[in-house]
Amino acid sequence: MSPMAHDRQGAPPTGGDPAAEPIPGQTRVRADEAAPAPPQATGRAAARTSMWRLLLRDRVATVAAGVLVLIASTAVVGPWLVGDLATEQNLDAVNTAPFHSENGWAYILGSDSLGRSMLARLVVATRTTISVAVPAVLISLFIGSVWGMWAGYHRRWRETLSMRIADIILSFPSLLLAVVVLYVFSPSAANIVAILAIARLPIYLRTARAESAELQSRLFVDAARTFGTRSGAVIRRHVLPTVLPTLLTVATADFCFVMLSESSLSFLGIGIQPPDISWGLMTAQGRQYLQTSWWMSIFPGLAIVITTVSASVLAAWFRIATDPAQRWRLSLPRRKRSVRKAGQEVRR
Amino acid sequence: MITFLRRRALTSVIPLAVVVLGVFCLARLTGNPASLYLPLNATDRMRQEFAERNGFDQPVLSQMFDYLGGVLRLDFGESLRTGQAAGGMALDAFPATLQLAGFTMLIAVLGSAVVGSWAALKPNGLADRVCSTMSMVAASVPDFWLAIVGVWIFAVTLGWLPTSGVTGHGIWILPIATLAVRPFGVLVQVVRGAMVSALSSPYVKLARSKGADDYRIVTRHALRNAAAPALTVAGDLTVGLVNGAVVVETIFGWPGIGKLMIDSILQRDFAVLQAAVLLTAVAIFVLNILIDVCYALLDARVRQTVKT
Repeated sequence: MSPMAHDRQGAPPTGGDPAAEPIPGQTRVRADEAAPAPPQATGRAAARTSMWRLLLRDRVATVAAGVLVLIASTAVVGPWLVGDLATEQNLDAVNTAPFHSENGWAYILGSDSLGRSMLARLVVATRTTISVAVPAVLISLFIGSVWGMWAGYHRRWRETLSMRIADIILSFPSLLLAVVVLYVFSPSAANIVAILAIARLPIYLRTARAESAELQSRLFVDAARTFGTRSGAVIRRHVLPTVLPTLLTVATADFCFVMLSESSLSFLGIGIQPPDISWGLMTAQGRQYLQTSWWMSIFPGLAIVITTVSASVLAAWFRIATDPAQRWRLSLPRRKRSVRKAGQEVRR
Repeated sequence: MITFLRRRALTSVIPLAVVVLGVFCLARLTGNPASLYLPLNATDRMRQEFAERNGFDQPVLSQMFDYLGGVLRLDFGESLRTGQAAGGMALDAFPATLQLAGFTMLIAVLGSAVVGSWAALKPNGLADRVCSTMSMVAASVPDFWLAIVGVWIFAVTLGWLPTSGVTGHGIWILPIATLAVRPFGVLVQVVRGAMVSALSSPYVKLARSKGADDYRIVTRHALRNAAAPALTVAGDLTVGLVNGAVVVETIFGWPGIGKLMIDSILQRDFAVLQAAVLLTAVAIFVLNILIDVCYALLDARVRQTVKT
């Protein structure tokens, strides 16, 4: 396999460059911002505050993180706030157009063909969508990284076998796998999570394997082994902390892919089943009313786009922020950054 | 070259075998295959007759050999909907998808080569930043939503293009445009990255010092070397295009293999689904070998190892 291959759909290579460039003319380093952390802070706490500073300095990444936090909190408390509004039918307010407030705030995004509030339905669908995407990402992240680190640390047949399995899963379009499995088993949320987790497993498996294979020949791992540390402990204490930032970056980018897959499946009618609703399913349901009520399929799709774009932006930022060789770029003012880069890369 | 091809074919035949066996195992995993093939409201008598006729009362091993023999002869049984041979139906639907995918990749590759090189000429310039942002958005927009927005704007509101159908050239525009967006977005990023490093390499400096202009440097020198990584990613994207084809064909009523799959799922026609899935797997198998050959032809270093 080529070195590029692990990047495929999940994390498109960006040429080691912030794909999310901040808006020009922003970020001037202020003296108070650049002040060092208080001396009594421990190393880990200081690292955390400096990550916060880096995030706040990149305006686009800050917005993306804010959007994701908002969506996550909507998924947690939203359905409880909305109550019965999402299923309540109001035949006096069928197909109301969005952005008119005469029917109350609940109809600010319009209503569907049964007079149910679009806003409330979107909020409820947020939970369904997130509760498929997040477990799928977490399961594949956990299994893939443990397996990958184990394979990379021990090398030889374990490595070869694991990589062959990853190749097999990757050489087959994930939607085909889902189509066959969801035909044979019923399309429930748990089955969708399982399929998506299996389909994305190779991404983490490959990344963790490559990093850990490189680490296991390093001096500090050798030293730990010489002192008689067992391989499980070496992987946990020495390999994992080094590999984790990379894996988290991959997971953030992969969140997009998993969400898009779930939406596609729901859209095609083999994902989330009514009466449950997810954003993909709402888009599909609104499709037949496209001629008269465009908002019914445009808004749920827009919610998907906003979430996935935010996740990509944050992943791009995370890739740079966790890379010690590139982190300095984020701590420079924008204008200087381009000058420095121009000197490095441009011809002449 | 022959040895190289044979080795590649052998390694990629394993996934194919796994898929063939996997479909068989999945179909038997649920217990009674009759409940899988027949409609949900089939009577007990129908189920029994079906099991006898298709040999489902035989031991599992002999069933497996029957199945493998059938796969080799492209015999997947007949469709419950139409009574036609399932293999034939899948083969008939295949060219439509192939045309769609072919044109899509052609447009995505050519477009991204131009846009990616243009962005790489001045790294971090205005064009580069616009391209980077746009390509990231393009890579994270769901294709079904894009298709619906396209229909809404160009077919419903403006009335320029037809929503679906099989006549005229207009029907090609929306499906191809929808399918091409994501490969285009990903490829622009790859081409840009590869071109930035190619343009800062010594041979480009030499060419520049000899007075070559940007156009000549890009087309004659840099692009050739940037092509290899782009080709690998393009191959992966083509495999991933199957995902998009299922969605886009369903929306636009394109009579391809993706629509056939979804239709046979919704109407519980397992024989056709199986034929379509296995045919797609074979197509991907062939595609992977073709990519390897292109890769070998393009990259002198790989070419050397192929010869020896």
